[in-house]
Amino acid sequence: MNTILIAVIVLGVIGLASALILFFASHKFAVHEDPRIAQVAEVLPQANCGGCGYPGCGGFAAACVNAADEGSLDGKLCPVGGQAVMEQVASVLGMQASSAAPKVAVVHCSGTCDARPHGVEFDGVHSCRIQNMTGMGETQCLYGCLGEGDCEHACLFGAIKVDPVTRIAQVDESKCTGCGVCAKTCPRGIIELRPLGPKGRRMAVLCNNKDKGALAVKECKNSCIGCGKCVKTCEKFEAITLDANLARIDPDKCRLCRKCEEACPRGAIHAFNFPPKKPSVPEGEKTTTETSNQE
Amino acid sequence: MNTFKIGGVHPAENKLSAGSPIREANLPKQAVFSMFQHIGAPAKPVVKKGDIVKVGTLLGEPGGFVSAPVYSSVSGKVSKVDVALDASDTRRMAVYVDVEGDEWEDTIDRSATLVRMDDRKDLDGKTIIEKIKQAGIVGMGGATFPCHVKLCPPPGSKAECVIINAVECEPYLTADHRLMLEHADEILVGVQLLMRAAGVDKGYIGIENNKPDAIALMKEKTASMANIQVVPLKVKYPQGGEKQLIDAVIGRQVPAPPALPISVGAVVQNVGTAYAVYQAVMKNKPLIDRVITVTGKSVQNPSNLLARLGTPFQQLIEECGGLPEDTGKIIGGGPMMGKALISLEVPMTKGSSGLLVMTEKEARRVKPDPCIRCAKCVNACPMGLEPYLLSVASGQHQWDVAEENDIVSCIECGSCAFTCPSHRPLLDLIRLGKTTVMGIIRGRAAANSQSKK
Amino acid sequence: MNKLIVSLSPHVHSGDSIQKNMYGVCLALLPMLAASLWFFGLGAAIVLATSVLACVFFEWAITRFILKREETTICDGSAVLTGLLLGFNLPSNLPLWIIILGALVAIGIGKMTFGGLGQNPFNPALVGRVFLLISFPVQMTSWPVPGQMASYLDAETAATPLSIMSGAIATGDASLLHDLPDTMSMLLGHMGGSLGEVSALCLLAGCLFMLWRKIITWHIPVSILGTVLVFSTLLHVANPVYAMPQQVLLSGGLILGACFMATDYVTSPMTGKGQLIYGVCIGLLTVVIRNWGAYPEGMSFAILIMNAFTPLINTYCKPKRFGEVTKK
Repeated sequence: MNTILIAVIVLGVIGLASALILFFASHKFAVHEDPRIAQVAEVLPQANCGGCGYPGCGGFAAACVNAADEGSLDGKLCPVGGQAVMEQVASVLGMQASSAAPKVAVVHCSGTCDARPHGVEFDGVHSCRIQNMTGMGETQCLYGCLGEGDCEHACLFGAIKVDPVTRIAQVDESKCTGCGVCAKTCPRGIIELRPLGPKGRRMAVLCNNKDKGALAVKECKNSCIGCGKCVKTCEKFEAITLDANLARIDPDKCRLCRKCEEACPRGAIHAFNFPPKKPSVPEGEKTTTETSNQE
Repeated sequence: MNTFKIGGVHPAENKLSAGSPIREANLPKQAVFSMFQHIGAPAKPVVKKGDIVKVGTLLGEPGGFVSAPVYSSVSGKVSKVDVALDASDTRRMAVYVDVEGDEWEDTIDRSATLVRMDDRKDLDGKTIIEKIKQAGIVGMGGATFPCHVKLCPPPGSKAECVIINAVECEPYLTADHRLMLEHADEILVGVQLLMRAAGVDKGYIGIENNKPDAIALMKEKTASMANIQVVPLKVKYPQGGEKQLIDAVIGRQVPAPPALPISVGAVVQNVGTAYAVYQAVMKNKPLIDRVITVTGKSVQNPSNLLARLGTPFQQLIEECGGLPEDTGKIIGGGPMMGKALISLEVPMTKGSSGLLVMTEKEARRVKPDPCIRCAKCVNACPMGLEPYLLSVASGQHQWDVAEENDIVSCIECGSCAFTCPSHRPLLDLIRLGKTTVMGIIRGRAAANSQSKK
Repeated sequence: MNKLIVSLSPHVHSGDSIQKNMYGVCLALLPMLAASLWFFGLGAAIVLATSVLACVFFEWAITRFILKREETTICDGSAVLTGLLLGFNLPSNLPLWIIILGALVAIGIGKMTFGGLGQNPFNPALVGRVFLLISFPVQMTSWPVPGQMASYLDAETAATPLSIMSGAIATGDASLLHDLPDTMSMLLGHMGGSLGEVSALCLLAGCLFMLWRKIITWHIPVSILGTVLVFSTLLHVANPVYAMPQQVLLSGGLILGACFMATDYVTSPMTGKGQLIYGVCIGLLTVVIRNWGAYPEGMSFAILIMNAFTPLINTYCKPKRFGEVTKK
């Protein structure tokens, strides 16, 4: 009888003490998490695929809450759930869903090795950011792709690779989720997220050179020299603007007529994903200029 | 013998041009004056194409408090105001002047007579600082920090002494050494001017003991000056680093950034700066020329040239026997902290202390081996950091680890990479980490100040 | 003209390399090598040659066939050094196959499983030795008597100073210690023991060479030997069953371990302060294991145990940052 009593008391005391410790520990070490993160995670597909560029749906939910606190959900897209899910996320956070258009990374440089010779040799750690610290880098152009592949290492989806021949980063559009990590990584800021466009068709100036015309010509055969011919061609839609000797196509205003591509004397404007020959372009363009090799 | 207490390395000195007296370089055909010859806001060009300028004419006015004016060092016609390749290996705003003749502004005293302090008792600290500011003098050791800013301590701190950096710890360079041997009197007047400007009555001149002739000469000249002391220092790199020099000379250590040397009461100026200060204050001559060491094992005729600012390096190298066939690397500055140049069209600037030519064989880095954790970098680091750890943290983008381990204290002296038996590019990675971490810190500070508002 | 090279500073290098350091240590071991050949003759030659060749072979084979790396790393000297140190830790009458097994464990498990040079947490040679010691306790603790020049497996064996000492402690009979060789022969190495631990004089000469060439710093050897000296003096004073301090210092692998094994770059702490802590702990552990442990020799275990603590020491022992000292 005594034995049983002692056992009960001892176990009871141990149990009580443990409960107390657990109780205080759970208060003392409680991790406060924004309750909205759980709410957002609830509406996500919970596939944890990482397609959004974040570590699973929980990471994406936290990123969305942070972004909402900063005022906008731009650039946040769950590729699995698509726009529908994003609208739900936005309603949970009391925000407007960002524009539907899925985005894709575009590398604003077409200075291949032929067009832009590597006049000096960089001897050091193969990293764009480190090469960029030397100043010009290997080529004469202060703005173009350095070709060491920081974006390639940063991309979680293997969607961007430096072409060993041209030594320019190339985007694999089928894999790009538009997460924007590459754009943040690039020390020269030549990668931009642009709307994918209808059927993936879009126009972009593949140059970032802000030097004056004469210098830009010297630096690279494919550089934008800020001549303004494209701007004139596009007077009707006003989609192209010239800033600091560099043309820029506004994707929202562009009607994909491809006239600017022809007008550019430097071949700096590229059309993405247009069929090679079919005159299916609006306004019946008949030309068969080369399409981007990024298809 | 004094030296700094933590770390340090001893690279082969290679002072090839120590015995060659300073000679004047020829005038260039075209001089290019970068508006970015100093740290801080760039100068703003005040001339335009077609303007006629003389030696000493203002070309660019300072763009802020931490900035310095730029003067023409040649006479002729402004051919354009445009971007030009400069020693940073980027293209930045500059003024091009086509040289015609050699006409000087009348205000400049070109005579060689020595003006002593006693001759100019009227000068007070404020006037001196104003003169220095107007002459566009910057730190001539290579850091190019505007000189007048250092002489105006921020509120709450007080200067106690002026330390003259005559260490020249970089291998190969001999410009300061020759300057001391040939212009000791002027330098000493400059030191006195700097002391008066900073409002202190104690001056030290730190010289490494691989220059015994300069130490002897300076000791002899300062024998009658009780308030200036020549301090011979043990040869160790990076003794010329501001913080290391203060530690070596007066035994005080500047706390971690953002603390400045003034927090321990020291104002450090290069010996070349002292010479320029003398010329500016006593001779009314703005900073338009400087001594530069053109050297390298393959260079025919390693020399110390007194060259006008804006002279292309191409011309300087030609005056020393031309560019050798097997050149692999051209460095602006010394081999430890200098910058590899991509072209010889780069013009000389206020901070050009040396031009070093390396053969391809010397220049190429050896392929790195794995880190064997030998701790040689830890023992070499003059800031007491752990380069092996910082480089790994940077390489793996662990910015928080890098920040916790004081990566921002790194002075980028290169002792770690110099000493690494595995030839690891430690400093490359640490630089990447340092810039990134500093960006993160700035971002955080900005966010903090915003949330306070 | 060729393309100009651009890179970030510094543009010069001290010219130091892994090879210089590794072969420097090998050079420092030469006096000991000569001494072991002098004392153990043929057996020493066979054991050392087998150990070095086997280590180099396994390093080459593993990089080539298992890791499939293009470049071989045998030229960096680390495998040679591991082989030499492993050989120095073995008795001169050890059969070939045990030595080869030891080399495989040292290089294969001690080093290459972690990714090769620079990645291993434990000293590879010691991993090999301790593996053999635990697996083949009989062969690994029968020590030939020095001076049998032409014998290898058939060498006559006898008790070593260490076994005499532990015998004295076990029985509590201090008179057993009179069997120990005199100090001079212990210093020169005329006693039983593993190949590389007998001649303290040669080891100290090698250590001085490494200090002079700045291959190692003084912290680790001095702290280990100092700790052992102090600790064993205290014990001897307290109870004469424990051997005299100079006998403790000169016996077994203490000096070999302190100067050559504990100072291994990869597995020792980075800062002076850390190295002192590491050395003191090794010294304490060695004496504790020798006197109260199951094995007569504690050096290898002490070093391996402290190897495990090296990352921790590195985390907590930071070098003194510039500007941290108080103003004068």
